[in-house]
Amino acid sequence: MDVQAWTFLIVGVTFALYIGIAIATRARSTGEFYVAGKGVSPLANGMATAADWMSAASFISMAGIIAFAGMDGSVYLMGWTGGYVLLALLLAPYLRKFGKFTVPDFMGDRYYSQIARIVAVICAIFISFTYIAGQMRGVGVVFSRFLEVDINLGVVIGMGLVFFYAVLGGMKGITYTQVAQYCILIFAYTIPAFFLAFMVTGNPIPQVALGGTDADGVGLLAKLDGMLGDLGFKSYTDYHKSPLDIVCITAALMLGTAGLPHVIIRFFTVKRVKDARSSAGWALLFIAILYTTAPAIAVFARTNMLATVPSVSYTDAPKWVSTWEDTGLIAWRDRNDDGVIQHGPGAPFVGKKPVFLEGEQRGEHGERLLANEPIAGPGNELYVDRDIMVLANPEISGLPDWVIALVAAGGLAAALSTAAGLLMVISSAVSHDLVKRVISPSISERGELRVARVAAAVAVVCAGLLGIWPPDYVAAVVAFAFGLAASSFFPAIFLGIFWKRFNMPGAVIGMLVGIGFTTWYILEFKFLGGTSEGWWWGISPEGIGSIGMLLNFAVAIPIALLTAPPPDDVQKMVEDIRIPGSS
Amino acid sequence: MPQREETNAVRHFRANLVWITALLVIWAFVSFGCGILLAPWLNQFMLPGTQYPLGFWFAQQGSIYVFVVLIVVYVIAMNRLDRRFGVEEAE
Repeated sequence: MDVQAWTFLIVGVTFALYIGIAIATRARSTGEFYVAGKGVSPLANGMATAADWMSAASFISMAGIIAFAGMDGSVYLMGWTGGYVLLALLLAPYLRKFGKFTVPDFMGDRYYSQIARIVAVICAIFISFTYIAGQMRGVGVVFSRFLEVDINLGVVIGMGLVFFYAVLGGMKGITYTQVAQYCILIFAYTIPAFFLAFMVTGNPIPQVALGGTDADGVGLLAKLDGMLGDLGFKSYTDYHKSPLDIVCITAALMLGTAGLPHVIIRFFTVKRVKDARSSAGWALLFIAILYTTAPAIAVFARTNMLATVPSVSYTDAPKWVSTWEDTGLIAWRDRNDDGVIQHGPGAPFVGKKPVFLEGEQRGEHGERLLANEPIAGPGNELYVDRDIMVLANPEISGLPDWVIALVAAGGLAAALSTAAGLLMVISSAVSHDLVKRVISPSISERGELRVARVAAAVAVVCAGLLGIWPPDYVAAVVAFAFGLAASSFFPAIFLGIFWKRFNMPGAVIGMLVGIGFTTWYILEFKFLGGTSEGWWWGISPEGIGSIGMLLNFAVAIPIALLTAPPPDDVQKMVEDIRIPGSS
Repeated sequence: MPQREETNAVRHFRANLVWITALLVIWAFVSFGCGILLAPWLNQFMLPGTQYPLGFWFAQQGSIYVFVVLIVVYVIAMNRLDRRFGVEEAE
């Protein structure tokens, strides 16, 4: 069997599995549709949360981003795991005790205000759509790279599958498919890493191998730093961004993680408050397996690349160079016309991505020719897409075909599970928070369930369309999602639990200030042409959510102190959610 | 009786806050401290028995392990507090 046959087989089997689970666990009530009947075990919820959280970007792109960013890439590793500590200690148990279905539910009840509820609904929907576009695109990309299916057809297949199990199964169906998807994605991620670690250091555990030595007894990280230095790159194990910016980005990602509605609602699905705490622990453990493996893959792959490609003539380069050049993830422009691949810092041509000439035109060495404007003089000649670090790893290290197929199934599992979780947020925000709680409170349970299914269906279609015609600012708006979650949801939920006296005017004005400031800053510096010279204290738009949160606190607390305390029943509710049982 | 039970809830919450504060101090120390601000200085040392520069290890491995441990400690501590103050949920 060749790679493609293996891929069709493994992807087919996993899809059949997801559909089987969806049929077995379909939702019959709104409680099952929104929160899986609150009967999910902490272990299963931990796995589902991990799959929910780890997206196509975590699976496919993160190791590659770290491979090129080195120490500066640590912001993603700490930021996207550290938020779970905040969730477990500050949010999840109390929100579970609160016991409703959604984040806007909490906002509306705790701040006794439809305005707070509607602000929360808008934020939840905006954040989720921002995210979901990338997931559907990810499904298409995996299909096109591994199965030679058109990207758009891949998106449509993904849409069909998610449509089936999200609309039918609701949260209950999604939870158990996510458990299966976690198992597949973590298996697919770690197996190639085991092989690689063993090949490089003789120890199969990637986390140990990364701190190990190669066959000559040289430390892997010292070796990589040396290779990078020889080629003129910056060192791998030191920060190169300013410490303040690193702190702000890390904090914004942590606070954003804790405030993302698709993560929070997973903790509504467990039976008891203590289960919410322990399932946050399980979730972080399952996430940590991938997140501590990624930096090892990053170093193995970068070292391997630097050892085999630079200063080798194109015709003698390893076979994967031309294989991945065919898919457009590698490009080579022979700037000094010597037939040898020069690699170093700097761009190989004008523009971020290679644009290949129509009709498979080849240069004198057999390389694909590019339409990009040339850069004069010698310098870096090699373009390497970051995604290649995970996608091409099995092939670069000569692993069996079924491992390559497994990576495809893993990428799909990561993208589909996250897309489904986000769809639940959108669907419940519409059917529960808008229709049931604002527009038509008298709607019957069956009616609400029907609205929820229709909302999920419409959301799938919108997500698919965003995947087929991705707005080119998708990557930029992800910063937005985290910034908004950090500057609106996190402070409002946190103060709502830990400060009984905190009231509606403080919460609403604080959220509006946080959102307003963060939105303005990101728009100014991402879209309206602001340059990094204009950044406040050198803080990049990715990190501005932290400042947005501080502003939120700075405005909300004085306003709450100057206005009337919340009504007695709300204060009573706050006392009640602080303990697991009843008093 | 209601009077004493309410005190228990308040005492439970106060003990909870102590745990949260202590664990978040460690959380901030390993990530923002060892993983970021102190990392350049820590990088002159190696994690004992390995070839990991210490600051790099905290930033890309160690802080994540500590996060997991922090949640485990909190889960155990809170289960004990819940029992001690009699505020567990009914089964």
